[in-house]
Order: sequence, then C-alpha cells, then structure tokens
Amino acid sequence: MSGHASNYQPKSAFAKWFHERLPIMDMVQGQALDFPTPKNLNYFWTFGGILAVMLVIQIITGVVLVMHYTPHVDMAFNSVEHIMRDVNSGWLLRYMHANGASMFFIAVYIHMFRGMYYGSYKAPREVLWMIGVLIYLVMMATAFMGYVLPWGQMSFWGAKVITNLFSAIPFFGESITTLLWGGYSVDNPTLNRFFSLHFLLPFVIAGLVILHIWALHVVGNNNPTGVSVKGPQDTVPFSPYYTVKDAFAIVIFLMFFALWVFFAPNYLGHAVNYQEANPLVTPAHIVPEWYFLPFYAILRAIPDKLGGVIAMFASILILFVLPWLDTSKVRSGNYRPIFRQFFWLFAINCVILGFAGSGAPDSYFMSHEAAPPDQWALTYKLVGQIATAYYFAHFLVILPLLGLLETPKPLPASISDAVLAESHPSAAAVPAE
Amino acid sequence: MTILKTLAIAAAGLVLSLGAAQAEGQKTAKDVSFSFEGPFGQFDRAQLQRGYKVYKEVCSNCHAMHLMSFRNLSQPGGPEFSEEQVKALAASFQVQDGPNNDGEMFERPGLPSDRFPSPFPNEQAARAANGGAYPPDLSLITKSRPGWYGTINQLINGIGGPQYVYSVLTGYTPDDQLTEELRKEQPEGKYHNPFFANGPWIGMGPPLSDDQVTFDDGTAGSVSQMARDVSAFLAWAAEPKMEERKRTGFMVLIFLGVLALLLYLSMKKVWAKVH
Repeated sequence: MSGHASNYQPKSAFAKWFHERLPIMDMVQGQALDFPTPKNLNYFWTFGGILAVMLVIQIITGVVLVMHYTPHVDMAFNSVEHIMRDVNSGWLLRYMHANGASMFFIAVYIHMFRGMYYGSYKAPREVLWMIGVLIYLVMMATAFMGYVLPWGQMSFWGAKVITNLFSAIPFFGESITTLLWGGYSVDNPTLNRFFSLHFLLPFVIAGLVILHIWALHVVGNNNPTGVSVKGPQDTVPFSPYYTVKDAFAIVIFLMFFALWVFFAPNYLGHAVNYQEANPLVTPAHIVPEWYFLPFYAILRAIPDKLGGVIAMFASILILFVLPWLDTSKVRSGNYRPIFRQFFWLFAINCVILGFAGSGAPDSYFMSHEAAPPDQWALTYKLVGQIATAYYFAHFLVILPLLGLLETPKPLPASISDAVLAESHPSAAAVPAE
Repeated sequence: MTILKTLAIAAAGLVLSLGAAQAEGQKTAKDVSFSFEGPFGQFDRAQLQRGYKVYKEVCSNCHAMHLMSFRNLSQPGGPEFSEEQVKALAASFQVQDGPNNDGEMFERPGLPSDRFPSPFPNEQAARAANGGAYPPDLSLITKSRPGWYGTINQLINGIGGPQYVYSVLTGYTPDDQLTEELRKEQPEGKYHNPFFANGPWIGMGPPLSDDQVTFDDGTAGSVSQMARDVSAFLAWAAEPKMEERKRTGFMVLIFLGVLALLLYLSMKKVWAKVH
C-alpha cells in the first residue's frame, strides 16, 4: 500500500526480528494508526466503519447459525424454529442475522448516497467507487440467497420469481435457470447450492473490502468540501481522531440495530415467511425484502420480461460508469447548488421506487384497492414507470448536462480554509497564507 | 412537477393506508389490546394458562401445534405451569413410541419432552375429516398472519397477528344475519367471516360458544374471553422467548448507551485541540 510512509520503529528485539520477516506492524502503524485523514469529515464518513462492523457481525452470527441449521427442504424451516426455540440465545442470533441484513443495507445506502452527494466517485477515486459497486452487487446476491434459506413461503416463491428472470435471457436462459435450480424446479438442490454460496460470498465480500480499503488508502479520503488535501495542516492521523469518532458512531448505530432486534424483530420481514414453503400454494403478493423493492419496481415497470430484466440490471450496472456520466469537475454537492436539488430529487425518487415495488401493480398507489383496468389510474405500476424513467434520466441526462450548464459556487482554497471559515466566520475574509 | 405531485400523493397515501381495507368484503383485525404489546409488555401467566386450556379442549381437536412440547409449558416466560402439572398433563396423553426390541410400535403415557400430539396423522386425513379444508398448524399462526397492513401502521401497532386470531374467532356473521345476497353465494359447508384472510368464506364453523370452557381460576368463559386468552397463548407459542428478548434488549441498550456516552466524551476531549 502506498500513500503514506510509516514512522514505525520496532521497540524490542523481538519486534525488530519480526519486522524484518513480516512488516505487518509497519502496515498497521502506517495505514491504520497514522494514516493522514482530512480533518473535516462529518458523520456520513463513519458508515464505512459501520459497514465493516456489520460484515463481521453477519459473518459471526452466520457461522454460528450454520452450526444449528439444516439445509434440506424437509427440515430447513423446522431447524430455524429449533434455533428460535431450543438453542441457547438462538433467537438472538437469528434476529441479529436477519435484521443485520437490513441494517447492512441501510448503512450501505447511506454510504453510497454520501459518495454520490460529495462526488466521491470522481477522479482519482473511480476504481475505489467501482469496487464499492461490485461489493454492493455481491451483497445483493448474498442477501437474496440468505432469504431463501429459512424455506418459508416468501423464501420459496421469491427464489422462484428471481431465478425465473434468467430464463428471459436469449439462447442460454433455460440452461442458466436449470443450472441455478440444479434441476427443473426450485427444490432441494436449489436450497443446497444457495446455502453453499450464501456461506461463500461473505468471504468474497471481505476480500473485496480489503481491495476497497486498499484503493482508499492509495488516493486518500474525499471530504465534505471535495477539495483535495493540500498538506499536513489539512489532515489528522486516523488514530485517535477517527478511531474514536467511528467507534462512537458505530455504537450509536448498534443501538439503532438493537431497537429492531429486540423490539420489532419481524417488522422488516414478511409474515408469510413464517409459513413453511409450499410449492402448491402461491402467496397473494410475492414481494422481495424492502432493500430490493426499488429494483423490483424497475423490473415490473417494463412490460416485456427481457426488457424488465435488462432495465433492472442496467439500473445497478449504470453505477459503474457514474464517474464518467457526471461531467462536473467539482466534487462536493455543497458547491453545486443545482446538482444538490437534483440529488435530493433522485434520493426521493429512489424511495418512491421502493414504495412502487411494494404493492400489487394494478392497485392504486399506496392502497390495496384494485384500479379499474380500462381507465387511467395512478397505480403502483404507473408510479414505478415514471420513477424508473426519472432514475435513468438522472444518470443519462441530468448529470451529464448539469456539469456543463451549472455554475458552481467558489471552492475554498483548502480544507483548513473551509474549516476556519466555519468555526470563525470573521476569519473567512482573511486570505490563506 | 410530476415528481412533486407523486410525492404529495405518496405522502397522502401513507396516511390513508392506515385504514385501507385488504379486499372487498374483508375487514382488518379488531384492535384489541394485549398485555404483551409494546417494549415493556409481558405475558399474563394466568391468561396463558387459560389460553392453553382453550387450545387443548377446543382447537386441538383439529389443529396441530407440532413445534410445541409439553415441557415448554413450564419454561420461564410462558404459562409457567409447575413441572408436576406438566408431567401429569403429558401423562394424560397416549403417544406412540418405538420400535421396541421386538420391532413393534407401542403406546405409552406422554412425557414432558414429547411434542403436542397432532389430531390427524397427515394432511390428507385432516382434509378428509374437515370437508376438504386443512386446519393449519397453530405453532406460528400469530406471526404468519398479519391483522392489518401499512408501513407506518405496522411499525406502531405491530403486525396484529394475535388480533387476527381473536378477530376470526369472534368475527363470524351468524347464519340468520346473512343478507340474501351472501346467502346465495354461500358455498356448501362454509361460514361467513369477514376477518378470515382467504375469506370471507371459512371452512371452520364458529368454534367457541359461551361457557364452553370452564376456567380453573373462575374467569367467566365468554366467547370473547376465550378468544382473547387463546390468542395470547398462541402469541406466546409463536414467540416463546419474547420476555427474555425484551429484557435482554433493555440491558443491551443501557450498556450501549453508557458506552456511547463515554465514547462521546472521549471524542470531545481528543478533538478539542483540532481546528
């Protein structure tokens, strides 16, 4: 890793001996303790640390859950109930793992929107951002397969709907679906391969996270001003300044997590998933978990099956090219008055997409009442279509144009300048030395 | 403007969906309150004991609870029958065991470690005995059936599972009060119950009638009392670790709260010299 030379000096003879053979303490000192970090990072920058903690929590609870879970269509559902009822603190493990997935997504969405607002994807952080998008993709696959494991009604039918999507792919579609299923329907082989992959993928994520942090440590943190670090006066060492700030934020986030786990553990799930999977009975509404709803809305917005699948994957893949779609050289939204408004419209649009994905397509939006088919009505489907169009317009029209048309506000000369202007408004007029 | 309009409609919809009905002729569950609701709510032992009696004497004739064992009835956080009571209770059932050394299955009195016996050997037998309808297993019924919908509604009031069970049990339209129209569409052997999730026609006849169960603690056995008690019992059966969960939750929150405070003070001290 480059970016910063370490001041590590082995103190004991053993440390010196060890250092000459594996300079890991040198790396810890340089990358984790002394790493120069912009001194103006706000709380939105704590979500990286929060995500790392959530990944560890998911892996630890997951590994213990595996000790009690049975991946077989006849036993999976009951083995989960065995965990809930007979395993010591099994209810805690399972509720932490299930709600932990939701918390993971809440944190990752805040982390991503922070990157979008402050332009953290722009040069020289394109690769850092793209690894992040890759992590998000693998996370989605992991979460989806994890939801199948309890083998409830929504597990089964969710798996069926999502794996069926692949059959829309021309030429290879049927073969891909057969490969995913391990047969000709969602059955025991499907459950077994999802279980295996659900165990594997978190470690793939962990590997990608190491790359993500590596890339971060090559280019250094972005910051709320978006202005690059100019010198040591702009930074503080990561420890103790950001270790303590991240620790504080992590504990606050864990309290938020605990509220769900202990007081509303089933709110974020689906009641129908407490019914064992039954291939002969289709639930009234098949909906994914809340964190997939915006993509589900995009999928349903296109009347054609293949078109819907393409739109859904495109909505995620478009993030890979975001660094080149945004034509503005100014990173931070704080200095882009018009972008800022469109950013919030985009965020609200994503929430609307989420709601649009939650209901029956032909019901009135935010109601359970079916709309008459022959006349115009604001249905879930229609709202989903409008919001889908806006989602893509944001990336393909608004962002490229804004960079060319918008006049950004003047940028501070440096991070220190911006910090001083904030804490001593009178000093702001004094030019930097 | 489309966006703003959609937003306004969405906001209005969020509020309106609080009272939205599920489908035509369907009603959302009655909002009866239970002792175990909210972050401080605990089960009422006497109510769970009464509820078990209702299950045993009425529901268990058709409905299995295959996730429950007799021993659960004495564990902390539940009805908390004494271990002697549970032993006697289990022994009052005959369960099949085996094979023995001669390869024969045999009957023996139940033990606390035995599961609640199921009324039917399999789904087909259950359907045959119930006019084609399958009485669902009740182990998780209050967690698998929402009483109402709405993003905010469920956050504030819970998913309403116990209220759903209560509403179905008390929500039958008496046959003599059915409108002419309903009477025409009434399927053979079905009853009208607007609270039933796949309704409004339900295969189960009104299961409770006044004084059907005689409670040991002298509580009058009205239909609504029995329905309320058995709903509470089923809520416990679906979530037997609820009391432990909430208790642990408070300890965790207090611990994390103190830790957050200490970290906040440390952070202020560390950062005091920067800027």
